Amino acid sequence: MDILRFITAGSVDDGKSTLIGRLLYDSKSIMIDQLEAIEKQTKNRKDGEIDLALLTDGLRAEREQGITIDVAYKYFSTPKRKFIIADAPGHIQYTRNMVTGASNSDLAIILVDARNGVAEQTRRHSIIASLLNIPHVIVAINKMDLVDNSADVYNNIVIEYAAFAKKLGLKDVKYIPISALNGDNIVEKSDSYPWYEGGSLLSILETVEVSNDINLEDARFPVQYVIRPQTDELHDYRGYAGKVLSGIYKKGDAVTVLPSGIQSKIKAIEIGGEEIEEAFAPQSVVLHLEDDIDISRGDTIVQTNNQPSVENELEVLLCWMDGKPLIPGNKYLLQHNSKLVRAIVKEVEYKLDVNSLEQEQAPEKVSLNDIVKATIKTASPVVFDFYRKLRTTGGAILIDETSNVTVGACMIVNSEW
Amino acid sequence: MSDKKLDYLQQLESESIHIFREVAGQFEKPALLFSGGKDSIVLVHLALKAFRPGKFPFPLVHIDTGHNFREALDFRDALAEKIGEKLIVRSVEDTIKAKHLTEPKGKFASRNALQTYTLLDTIEEFKFDVCIGGARRDEEKARAKERIFSVRDEFGQWNPKLQRPELWNTYNGKINKGENVRAFPISNWTELDIWNYIRREKIELPSIYFAHDREVLEHEGQLVAISKFITLEEGDQVSVKKVRYRTVGDMTCTAAVQSNASTIDDIITEIIATKTSERGETRIDDKVSEAAMEDRKKNGYF
Repeated sequence: MDILRFITAGSVDDGKSTLIGRLLYDSKSIMIDQLEAIEKQTKNRKDGEIDLALLTDGLRAEREQGITIDVAYKYFSTPKRKFIIADAPGHIQYTRNMVTGASNSDLAIILVDARNGVAEQTRRHSIIASLLNIPHVIVAINKMDLVDNSADVYNNIVIEYAAFAKKLGLKDVKYIPISALNGDNIVEKSDSYPWYEGGSLLSILETVEVSNDINLEDARFPVQYVIRPQTDELHDYRGYAGKVLSGIYKKGDAVTVLPSGIQSKIKAIEIGGEEIEEAFAPQSVVLHLEDDIDISRGDTIVQTNNQPSVENELEVLLCWMDGKPLIPGNKYLLQHNSKLVRAIVKEVEYKLDVNSLEQEQAPEKVSLNDIVKATIKTASPVVFDFYRKLRTTGGAILIDETSNVTVGACMIVNSEW
Repeated sequence: MSDKKLDYLQQLESESIHIFREVAGQFEKPALLFSGGKDSIVLVHLALKAFRPGKFPFPLVHIDTGHNFREALDFRDALAEKIGEKLIVRSVEDTIKAKHLTEPKGKFASRNALQTYTLLDTIEEFKFDVCIGGARRDEEKARAKERIFSVRDEFGQWNPKLQRPELWNTYNGKINKGENVRAFPISNWTELDIWNYIRREKIELPSIYFAHDREVLEHEGQLVAISKFITLEEGDQVSVKKVRYRTVGDMTCTAAVQSNASTIDDIITEIIATKTSERGETRIDDKVSEAAMEDRKKNGYF
């Protein structure tokens, strides 16, 4: 049994909350008291069936306005998998929330209203999924009941979307006809679409192969914390605590500490105080090196024969997440895994239209939810990979030094991205 | 390569250890809030995995309402002793006296809300800049939106509309003077995950989690332990039932469930079969209003 983290992109109108409510409800992850609570509210608001969307709207303002504002995390499991849903709002003014939810997701469910086909927001959600490099996409063509469960309508949407997905470079795209409201094809395969050959949405979620998404080739280990007991019996103990973000480390491996470039060998690997022969992503472990060298939080231990980039000028795709606009030339803090470094946004090359991917060169203003291509200069070198190659070492956040708020999400790219 | 895979509990464990080390790496004065309940016991277990053979870079802190279960308190002291870590206990009773706070009244007078005062005073006393807690997002709808690093203002208040975006596994722990952070390493665990992990890791728990005979009062479908902290009224039905606790909070606001489960395996079987959520079945304090938890958190509740 493993974990699948997925994001549902869509707005209330697409039936996104209904879909999640349906997944939770039909997989029996909703408890009686939770159901009673929403039944009570449904009675207060309107008559008719219980409103499954209410299961996911956590904040009072969201319930009152019937919208999702923030990312909510929902959990359910089946005997095959544990699922973590990042439920993010779909409107353009919440792009930053979708970016946030997408950053940790293995899979995106893109909801398409069968009546509207591939709409502006379908494109936007797909573009964000592509920018955040989500490995798997399921296009759920919803409200099929409102188009008479028509195979033609479905097929036309698939053809149109496939062309767009190819342009975006989305690698693994699956399609499914559903009706979230009626529960068709959500947990059980529905009879409503005899022309559809695939399984139900839940069966796809249960079987998508995600273990191959973990990179076991390029070993990266940012040091989070140095364990030094300094007791009599452990006088010389010096362990580097961190998480293997990618790749494998074995006892005896030749390693290099970046950015300093100092070389050593792995003397021992521990997990919870017990020695192990090798560590692989995403394990949290403690590494010991043969040589007594100066390593602290923010340094990265890599295999000597496979090294990432070390630069103090980064090209990034930057999603701006703050109400105050981005001011080129302003100083920020860049947090890249365990490394925190002063940074200046030097230049904004262009702004991306998230509905169309069109570029607006040298934009005058960069505001909340804008995604721009920018150059960042850092006060000391950053150890990174391109985001396309490794999400774990290619992503970073920008922090406003005066408010301490997270104001930007950076995906490190090369000139092509 | 197929052998190099973590199962879901190992993935959750690794994520939690990573969060613990981020707290240790980013803050000057952390504290681990430890009540002797199962979630905080799992937190301690994860902290051992994160920092041994070193010492914890933080003390264990318990805000004792005075209404706690004796079994949980004894367990708390024994565990702190066994692992050799520092335990700080601050009492709500003392805060009530020192600040002339008004004790809540009523049948199940709960000091749950008053806990916040003692917690904030303790944070002030030790200058803690982050408190690590065992809240899980599956517990409640307002918690489902909370960040892993959740910033609180000077008054300990949570502002759900001004939460920082939290991307990848990057946690922004930068704060302004007066602010502090609540860090939640087991945010992504569910109740069942906790129990399965307890079983796998053979983690010891206080005895009240297992079925035992107890004198209880049946109140609106919930079983409340008879203690000196609740007021009995005429007509109250008191009986001895075989019960266990699914969560352990104050005796006044935690209900027991009827059960014969005497082992972890039995408990897991019951939890898989249950039709009521953990909080719904056992917490008397959540039923007040739809937004009860959201409101308490805004006021500095954990």
